[in-house]
Amino acid sequence: MLTTIFGRLSLESFPIHEPIVLGTFIGVAILGVALLGAVTYFRLWGYLWSEWFTSVDHKKIGIMYMILGIVMLLRGFADALMMRLQQAIAFGGSDGYLNAHHYDQIFSAHGTIMIFFVAIPLVVGIINYVMPLQIGARDVAFPFLNNLSFWLTVAGAALVMVSLFVGEFSRAGWLNYVPVANLQNSPDTGPDYYLWALQIAGIGTLLSGINMVVTLLKMRAPGMSMMKMPVFCWTALCSNVLVIAIFPVLTAAFAMLMLDRYVGTDFFTNDLGGNPMMYWNLVWIWGHPEVYVLVLPVFGIFSEITSTFSGKPLFGYSSMVYATVVITILSFLVWLHHFFTMGSGASVNSFFGIATMVISIPTGAKIFNWLFTMYRGRIRFELPMMWVVAFLLTFTVGGMTGVLLAVPPADFVLHNSLFLVAHFHNVIIGGVVFGLFAGMTYWFPKAFGFRLDPFWGKVSFWGWVIGYWVAWTPIYVVGLMGTTRRVRHFDDPSLQIWFVIALIGAAIILVGILAFIIQIAVSIKNREALRDTTGDPWDARTLEWSISSPPPAYNFAFTPIVHTLDTWHDMKERGAKTPASGYRAIHMPRNTGAGVILSGLALALGFAMVWYIWWLAAVSAVGLFVVAIGHTFNYNRDYHIPADEVAAGEAARLAVEG
Amino acid sequence: MTTHADTDIDRDAFYVTEEEHHDADGATALGFWIYLMSDALIFATLFAAYGVLGTSYAGGPAPRQIFELPLVALNTTFLLLSSITFGMAAIDSHAGKVRSTQVWLVITALFGIAFVGVELHEFAGLIAEGATPQRSAFLSAFFTLVGTHGLHVSFGLVWIAVMLVQIGQRGLIPANKRRLMCLGMFWHLLDVVWIGVFTFVYLLGVVR
Repeated sequence: MLTTIFGRLSLESFPIHEPIVLGTFIGVAILGVALLGAVTYFRLWGYLWSEWFTSVDHKKIGIMYMILGIVMLLRGFADALMMRLQQAIAFGGSDGYLNAHHYDQIFSAHGTIMIFFVAIPLVVGIINYVMPLQIGARDVAFPFLNNLSFWLTVAGAALVMVSLFVGEFSRAGWLNYVPVANLQNSPDTGPDYYLWALQIAGIGTLLSGINMVVTLLKMRAPGMSMMKMPVFCWTALCSNVLVIAIFPVLTAAFAMLMLDRYVGTDFFTNDLGGNPMMYWNLVWIWGHPEVYVLVLPVFGIFSEITSTFSGKPLFGYSSMVYATVVITILSFLVWLHHFFTMGSGASVNSFFGIATMVISIPTGAKIFNWLFTMYRGRIRFELPMMWVVAFLLTFTVGGMTGVLLAVPPADFVLHNSLFLVAHFHNVIIGGVVFGLFAGMTYWFPKAFGFRLDPFWGKVSFWGWVIGYWVAWTPIYVVGLMGTTRRVRHFDDPSLQIWFVIALIGAAIILVGILAFIIQIAVSIKNREALRDTTGDPWDARTLEWSISSPPPAYNFAFTPIVHTLDTWHDMKERGAKTPASGYRAIHMPRNTGAGVILSGLALALGFAMVWYIWWLAAVSAVGLFVVAIGHTFNYNRDYHIPADEVAAGEAARLAVEG
Repeated sequence: MTTHADTDIDRDAFYVTEEEHHDADGATALGFWIYLMSDALIFATLFAAYGVLGTSYAGGPAPRQIFELPLVALNTTFLLLSSITFGMAAIDSHAGKVRSTQVWLVITALFGIAFVGVELHEFAGLIAEGATPQRSAFLSAFFTLVGTHGLHVSFGLVWIAVMLVQIGQRGLIPANKRRLMCLGMFWHLLDVVWIGVFTFVYLLGVVR
């Protein structure tokens, strides 16, 4: 009876015997209740529901993505600190404070969260906010789909968070590797949580990718040919083309693993003809291009910032575009370098090794383009520009260790070592994370109408940059000496000092993260002093700066006409003035709650399937179907903002800008 | 969004001040087409898995012993005919003939139902013989590839049913024509995928 109602969920599923998890749960529960209580007390539910949760405005969805990414960053970083502490003390006789079972979940969850629920939401969020503004559009091509994509990502993140307190998360690494993740080796809920969370979030990411590509291809302002698009739009295009090309592979690979675990098929098993290495191939056919899904838009962010703060057009625009496209294509030809040790033979390994090294050529071209943009520019060394310089110095080192790892014989020595772990943290922190902070600092005034506080921004900057180097240099060193990854306890006491230094580095990064949060709080408090009334605080060059900050719901009262690259710079040079009359009604999409409801049902379906609660799974699956079909009967999806309302809003904005 | 040829644009004009119109059809068609390509990649991955595991019989049955080509040929005929009948529905929808569009859609759905029925019959027979998806990696890959296609056809059937209701309610308004076009692309893609399945799974399996 109980199994019918609760599946395999029982009182033992709650980790009350694990004091660390229990303590975390109590902390999270108190914070959560406080937050929900505050929202209720201040009567914000209605406002949040109608203005944010159901919004199809790409700007609000972008901001919600950023909030999701930052919240999940705190979770992922807490995992990182726990690992660092464990590795710093678990030497010789000391066992540290984490048991193996828990430690394995932590490193799996850390990687999963940081890539899927931090990096992807933050990158997608910035693209969502900025890209339509840069191409002079009023929204994305499919506004409802955008809302649905966001909430599906939230549902995936929620499922991962639930696994912390109900049952357990995967212990099979951030890509849930077989054979560890096979049913016979992990009969628990861990891999199931992983698979359902990522399938749900993955659908969201795929839909978002399609949406952005169509927006870029179909909704550019008149006159904006492809080669007049800002570089950030080009990188967003290539990144989302990659999303469309790779996420189906991941979906299919995960589906096969699900069938193995739920139905008993033999795709990745060790017997009956299964082939575990096929899983590795498939997930890395997704995984390597995924690196570029994240880093290409960040390259775009750096390009915009470098050009703006050097007061010059970007050096080598077309070479930047071609380099981006070449990287997009090459990224499909390198996946096997993640397992040179599989034994595919010298010729296959040579091909993938050389293809990997070739990627450094277009990437190097980009680095030189940024340097030459700065050369003889009037560089304003403000915070976004500081991030660019830190990126150039840090990322280049990561690129070089990457080329080193691309040499198959060297990889045989360094495979699965901490050197590799240091390499990818070097490029992800030094590239993606620094770029996201640069982008957030740069576009924050556009989104909220006031700048971020520069003092706390600099504290955050130095915390991240110094912290990165202190934390990861020792890991490079021990990795080169042969220390392997995912190890909970070390026997050799001479290594301990390196891990202690790494822990200190992680603590310095923590200062950077805390300073970032303080920076936001301080900036909100001092928002009047930091207010930007011009809409163009950095004297920038692209269209998003041609409108007020924050932009109106419809973005552009009049669609801009594009004549050159760096359109807004051209407009300023030629004294273009926005018409102050002759407004027309603007056609806009209507908000809808369908995205929230569908994602809630998807979350229920995922949870039910993880715990074998079949009745709930059936109910939520039917619910998904009914709501999705019901939504197609709603033909009333848009409305017009009347011309006089547009006129009133624009007049108010012009008055502020003076 | 308005689009102008570059040469039409006055160098001193920086804003569109005249009325703008929306090109929702073009965006939807492109978006749905891209979605179909991503769906095709799911099939590509399943084909690749079948390619890797297609000879891993693990001592169980091999294709030659279990595939019944006449049955599959019949099924292929059903699906190909359904694409033709869908084409008829599309032609009539362009002509604005609500009634005959619906009739052709119903005929298409009947062929689709026949296809899914035969496939289920085939699966039931295989499972009864002991050739279950759990028996070997070959059978896992076979059932998953063919079953995923069958699942798509089933979704297509549900979509046709919804479409019939919506055309009945509102007629062939632009929104419904757009949906019918997407449904058509979806339905025809399933044909293309099936030709791949028929060739690489069934024909090649029997030859091997």
